[in-house]
Amino acid sequence: MSRDGGSGSGGADGTAAPRPVIGLEIHCQMTSLKSKLFCPCRADYRGMGPNENVCPVCMGMPGTLPRLNAEAVRKGTMIAMALGCAIPERISFFRKNYFYPDLPKNFQITQLDMYGDTCIGGRGSILVDGGAVGIRRVQLEEDPGRMIYEGASARNRISLVDYNRAGTPLVEIVTEPDFEGPRQLRLFLQMLSDMVENLGVCNPALEGAMRADANVSLEGGNRVEIKNISSFHDLEKAVVFEIARQEAQHSRDLEVVQETRHWDAARKITIPSRLKEEEKGYRYLLEADIPWVRIDAETVESLRSRMPESVSEKRERFVSLYMIPPQVADVLSSDKLYSDLFDAARTDRNARELANIITTDLMGLVMAAAATAPAADRDAADGGDAQKKKRDDAASDVISVDGLRELADAVASGNMARNSAKQALHEMAKTGKSFAEVSSEMDLGLVSDESELLGVVQSVISEEPQAAKQASSNPNTVNYLVGKVMQKTRGKADPQVTLDLLKRCLSEG
Amino acid sequence: MNHSSIIRASALEYVRGVTSGEFTAEEFLSETLSHIEEAEARYNAYLHVEDGQKLLARAREIDRGIKSGQKVGLLAGMPVSIKDNICMRGSRTTCGSRMLEGFVAPYDATAVSRLHAEGGIIVAKANMDEFAMGLTTEFSAYGPSRNPWNTGYVPGGSSGGSAAATAAFECVASLGSDTGGSVRNPASFCSVVGYKPTYGLVSRHGLVSYANSIEQIGPIARTVSDAALVLGVIAGRDEHDDTTADAAAADCGYLEGIEGGIEGMRVGIVDEMTEGADPEVARAVERASKDLEAAGASCERISLDMVGYSVPSYYTITAAEAASNLARYDNLRYGYDLSVDGYEFNSYVAEARGRFGPEVTRRMILGGYVSSAGHAGRYYLKALKVRAKLTREVADAFASSYDILMAPTVPILPFRIGEKSDDPVSLFMVDLNTVTANLTRRPAVSVPYAVSAGGLPIGVQMMADSMQDKTLLRAARALEKRRAPLPEVPD
Ligand SMILES: [Zn+2]
Repeated sequence: MSRDGGSGSGGADGTAAPRPVIGLEIHCQMTSLKSKLFCPCRADYRGMGPNENVCPVCMGMPGTLPRLNAEAVRKGTMIAMALGCAIPERISFFRKNYFYPDLPKNFQITQLDMYGDTCIGGRGSILVDGGAVGIRRVQLEEDPGRMIYEGASARNRISLVDYNRAGTPLVEIVTEPDFEGPRQLRLFLQMLSDMVENLGVCNPALEGAMRADANVSLEGGNRVEIKNISSFHDLEKAVVFEIARQEAQHSRDLEVVQETRHWDAARKITIPSRLKEEEKGYRYLLEADIPWVRIDAETVESLRSRMPESVSEKRERFVSLYMIPPQVADVLSSDKLYSDLFDAARTDRNARELANIITTDLMGLVMAAAATAPAADRDAADGGDAQKKKRDDAASDVISVDGLRELADAVASGNMARNSAKQALHEMAKTGKSFAEVSSEMDLGLVSDESELLGVVQSVISEEPQAAKQASSNPNTVNYLVGKVMQKTRGKADPQVTLDLLKRCLSEG
Repeated sequence: MNHSSIIRASALEYVRGVTSGEFTAEEFLSETLSHIEEAEARYNAYLHVEDGQKLLARAREIDRGIKSGQKVGLLAGMPVSIKDNICMRGSRTTCGSRMLEGFVAPYDATAVSRLHAEGGIIVAKANMDEFAMGLTTEFSAYGPSRNPWNTGYVPGGSSGGSAAATAAFECVASLGSDTGGSVRNPASFCSVVGYKPTYGLVSRHGLVSYANSIEQIGPIARTVSDAALVLGVIAGRDEHDDTTADAAAADCGYLEGIEGGIEGMRVGIVDEMTEGADPEVARAVERASKDLEAAGASCERISLDMVGYSVPSYYTITAAEAASNLARYDNLRYGYDLSVDGYEFNSYVAEARGRFGPEVTRRMILGGYVSSAGHAGRYYLKALKVRAKLTREVADAFASSYDILMAPTVPILPFRIGEKSDDPVSLFMVDLNTVTANLTRRPAVSVPYAVSAGGLPIGVQMMADSMQDKTLLRAARALEKRRAPLPEVPD
């Protein structure tokens, strides 16, 4: 049974079901590129009318030739490197020949390791949740167009084709069947979408930008391919369902049929594919219109130096350079919005407090602000994109980088208590005032003057005789008294000075 | 030069005449257009002649340019034609097929825009075997072209229209395409020069693909120098075709040094390409080698074992590529009127593709078979191996001993229309001498050399190493200069 895959349905005789074996084929559109893989049309076709983003090349007009997008090769190489793949000396392209209305040339230009390793990357491995996931290959290929069906009944159904998507650069990532369960799968997908976003390849929030097929089997059993999964969220659900389905089959001593199943997002189940699988005779031919592209060591090195920090490298930097606790670094590094904010506002001194402020207070504030913001224009962008933009806007509304830095500086230098910092942050978010304005108006400055605090400390000791008595033997009780002083000063008392004063008064007492 | 014969001018004579004021571009064009009208009834070299008034307006523009001393380009209003598998914006591009009957190209091929940029006036789209598959133009869906030397004979193919039109003065020069000899073969049959450049020298952008790994656009002209002039206009790196060679390698001055002669060059006469040739053809090549020796070259016989396997390899590779390249003609995005009512996708495509002619159908079925999962090892992959071996053999010959490899362009004399159309296998052997240059991506040229006792043209083929196009043109020019005078094409 998977670690968190479901309710643990053992076999009928009480023995556990065999281990699930999961592999993925992920198609990631390179939406951040300017143009399609082989022509100058836009890589991101969203928001355009049907068949507006086309030219003679991507329409497969007679006499046109593909012109390889060099940036796609560079970005593909970066992804391959980030996934720990070997980079081949040269890459080649192949034609996968089959007939389908969404394919303007009736072949798809893709990559293949027919004559040695000529895909953009291969034989990689990446650590996910403590386990290694093998990357079989990374390849560049063109996306087909999109079929749209209209008409109520099957008899009246009309098939329409929109070629805006045809030729969009895709990077396909084929993993080994190494996933141990849905949790590792989820973490891998999260890491992958962060990676492609970080590398400036893809905006994973765009609808249909990242798609996946999954291969699921139970160890020793037949393999089932699940297609038609349009989001990573659904991918995990589909895999969980499929494992449970196969385990149920297994527990009833029924053999799992080797087949292709489709994910029915509405009913949240996988169903046998109604479409007859195309005959696999793709008659692969070397694409002679695209000369082999040499990828020399120099290119690889210059790309490596251009590669932005990966999420795991970022996390590692946060922990080792700024002594940020690992759990906090996890949260901070995995979200580009906040890790960018952190890096912009951080100094060597304020880093720890800054990380603390962002993860404990700021994230909640931004989330709340984004939730109450008016709905974005539906026409301008689809759901995912709008969501992301709303969050980015909310963050910059809540606080500026300067404000955040001043706030963290104040706490780190001991000029402000954490509690007060929290209040200041809320006030800044609410009013849009600067840190200086808020801190002076609210009198949030830390009281560290002993003479000022001594009176408060003495009154607390006299009001809490019981606690004062126990305090000499029980340190928790001292903390209780510190808390009382904080209450009386509305959080302004310097905790260290208060503690020292309390200890001194009690021992003198 | 009197008026009635100005259209017989070579390209160089045309440029000299028009720029020196001997005649105007308009005069020349208008004579050419009226000659086309009269000649087409006999030759059917053209599928479509462009609008005469528009063309004449362009010629007048050129004349004004010449008068006012402006640049009018290297071609200065010269009437040229292009094979109908080369796209020209706004013009029908049928590839000699019913399948593309209604296809109007939405863009210019690079070769076309370069012709235009140098003042070329494209008068017509030339007839061809359907999708360039054939050796006679008999496989054109619009009827065969006829050989101007004898209208009962084929003009060769697949660029038969281009060669016939050039031989019959329906243009000064023409562009054909050469996949396995399709420029050289009709040039040989019609007694004109046909030039197949090194692969990658001329952009294929806008050339409708048949076997894209080996084909090139090439000029057909009445003299070697004319071919060099046109080659210089169309050659060179093109951002629309990633397979074009770098600008430095594709030096455009092909006329430069063309009169340099052949002295000191070593010429190999390929045994495998001459042994089975028609006696008249074989004798012509023998005489040609004597001519070259008299001009200072050294000629000897050479054997290239792999040539014997070249034709099966060629047909296997081209069929596999054709099946892929022609798969796009499903009539969904462009094509001809055929209602979708009553069909689903597969049955519609099957019905639509029924318009392909017999030769195209044959090669596509063959191509699907030889590259299919079960058979690729026996056919397609084996053909690629032959091609690799042949390439090594030819490369070795050039590296170790020879500047030029010579042979008959076609082992046999031109034949009658209909004579071989029912026998595709015997037709395939007509390709024996030409496919090697394509498979090995080397440049090759057919030079008119003699006319048979029966009045039929005989061409000699010369081939050089990759990117040695200038050497090849120089050698071809030397042969042209030395050969015995040729009779005029009969009226
Ligand atoms: Zn396009």
